[in-house]
Amino acid sequence: MTRDEIRATVLRVLGDIAPEADLASVKPDVGFREQLDLDSMDLLNFVIGLHGALNVEIPETDYPKLATLDGCVEYLAATGGGGR
Amino acid sequence: MAWATISKSAREWTVIPNLRDYAEARAAFSWDHARRELDGLPGGQGLNIAHEAVDRHAAGARADHRALRWLGKNGEVRDFTYAGLRSLTNRFANVLQALGVGRGDRVYVLAGRIPELCVAALGTLKNRSVFCPLFSAFGPEPIRARMAIGGARVLVTTESLYRRKVAGLRSSLPDLEHVLLVGDDRRPTGVPGTQDYHALMAGAGDDFAIGPTDPEDVALLHFTSGTTGMPKGAVHVHAAVVAHHITGKLALDFHGDDVFWCTADPGWVTGTSYGIIAPLTNGVISIMDESEFDAARWYGILQDQKVTIWYTAPTAIRMLMKAGTELARKYDVSALRFLASVGEPLNPEAVVWGQDAFGHPFHDNWWQTETGGIMIANYAALEVRPGSMGRPLPGIDAAIVRKVGDDGVEVIAEPDVQGELALRPGWPSMFRAYWGEPERYRKCFRGGLYLTGDLARRDRDGYFWFVGRADDVIKTSGHLVGPFEVESVLMEHEAVAEAGVIGKPDPVALEVVKAFVSLKDGYAPTPELRRELLAFARTRLGAVVAPKEIDFRPTLPKTRSGKIMRRLLRARELGLPEGDISTLEEGA
Repeated sequence: MTRDEIRATVLRVLGDIAPEADLASVKPDVGFREQLDLDSMDLLNFVIGLHGALNVEIPETDYPKLATLDGCVEYLAATGGGGR
Repeated sequence: MAWATISKSAREWTVIPNLRDYAEARAAFSWDHARRELDGLPGGQGLNIAHEAVDRHAAGARADHRALRWLGKNGEVRDFTYAGLRSLTNRFANVLQALGVGRGDRVYVLAGRIPELCVAALGTLKNRSVFCPLFSAFGPEPIRARMAIGGARVLVTTESLYRRKVAGLRSSLPDLEHVLLVGDDRRPTGVPGTQDYHALMAGAGDDFAIGPTDPEDVALLHFTSGTTGMPKGAVHVHAAVVAHHITGKLALDFHGDDVFWCTADPGWVTGTSYGIIAPLTNGVISIMDESEFDAARWYGILQDQKVTIWYTAPTAIRMLMKAGTELARKYDVSALRFLASVGEPLNPEAVVWGQDAFGHPFHDNWWQTETGGIMIANYAALEVRPGSMGRPLPGIDAAIVRKVGDDGVEVIAEPDVQGELALRPGWPSMFRAYWGEPERYRKCFRGGLYLTGDLARRDRDGYFWFVGRADDVIKTSGHLVGPFEVESVLMEHEAVAEAGVIGKPDPVALEVVKAFVSLKDGYAPTPELRRELLAFARTRLGAVVAPKEIDFRPTLPKTRSGKIMRRLLRARELGLPEGDISTLEEGA
């Protein structure tokens, strides 16, 4: 999966959880919670959604790495998100 | 399954707990004695929360002691001494006076965990105005409803929260005269129709004398949710500080050199009673962290700040458990000596996990917005029965009751029988009213007892065990959500004919908000419409109140009088027996 594909998947999963969010204006280096109205359950559902969409195991200790769009792309690219 | 009782031994104590012998402490306790631990206003001018929390320490030996340490989300640290807090809260009281805001006027604060919130709260109390916190994760509709009900005259908030949630509400809030904005990252603000908080503070004087304050003067307004109708504002008075102080000492075991971290959001009653007031009156150091939950950050705070007493919530504890005990072991949390939890019942696994991860069990306690302070608790020196909320505080009489007839009540003396948890009024932090709703307040009492709306049982040794809610209010991530408030917003959508909202059990949040919706003719139950409804509800209510799940139903089960039967929706969702359906309308 290319980084662009990962990015698109991350935004799609986010959009399923917070469909009111203006995804086009998400700043890639700012935390999701700082720019979108998400609670802790949303973040948990977001990780579960990424797991389902990309078939990656994400240990809880890595959740903070998924706090921004850039962080998600970085992390998921490194862990082989989406398989080969 | 039955969990083994966790016993305590004096050998484990690093300090001598304040409450050691339960029966003795109860027998010796009186609220008059508790009141004498406080100073009262100089010259016999009454009792004011802010004086007990700040000024009496600032005038004494603790003046230069650290009262509050604030941890910013980007690593910033700010310390406030009692003397420093006195000067800041004096300034805020002077700001209010200059604006013509006086005794009894409602000052609302909508903010995350920032020091300005504490300053505004305590300055408001000094001015004898009424402090009302709002949860910053609320969407515009819950904010509007709570400000309209309480007649907010002043709002303190941040520039970004104002722009996102409040600016569009101004025309519907005619009583709101003054909006004070804290700039993001404390930069100056210049938003039309508002004033800059820090500019006003800079121009205000450092001295302020608190006027005569009757202990029964209204001090705090905390909103909570009911099954029916709009949110209700529980009114608390300055005398509540007696309960804040003594429960901090007995249930949280505050000692003078403790470092205390209450993780509660300041928008809820815990964030005021134990996030601001009780640690200050007791003279302990209070930690306030701006960030949201993050397992590694939290362990880092426990370690680096050498937190000794930690008061947190079940959802957070369960998230830490998911993150694993190994992570906890990487940190040195040896300063910790007492762990407590509130918000919803803490499952026994989590109580016991505390021992694994921190060397101490979590101590669950129980109270609610209306009670103003901790009522039932597990104590530092006493054995813990995992899953139990513990035993009533000294000065608190609790009972299990059943309702009899239209307005009677019968105390269930027999142990292990489920009933409604009731309290005998008389403790100082009991709510005195629901703002503007005398009838709703009256309905909370039967036979001289306050009925809490929680179902519980008491075992033969006097430990109380939570069973569930007596009504349809949803407990999610430590917050109460009123189904009616959510249903009302869903019904505003053009496609929705009926809406019924329930709490669906969840392993992390206890319950999540789930909505069932039937559609008007001409609308099809498509995934696109579900998404649109979700977005609609989240935009108006905010993420914490809006449903996490929406299901379509051709019709919703109703009574013959047309009331949606949430109980039945819940039973069907969970595959439980449907119970008494004699009032169900035909064909539902």
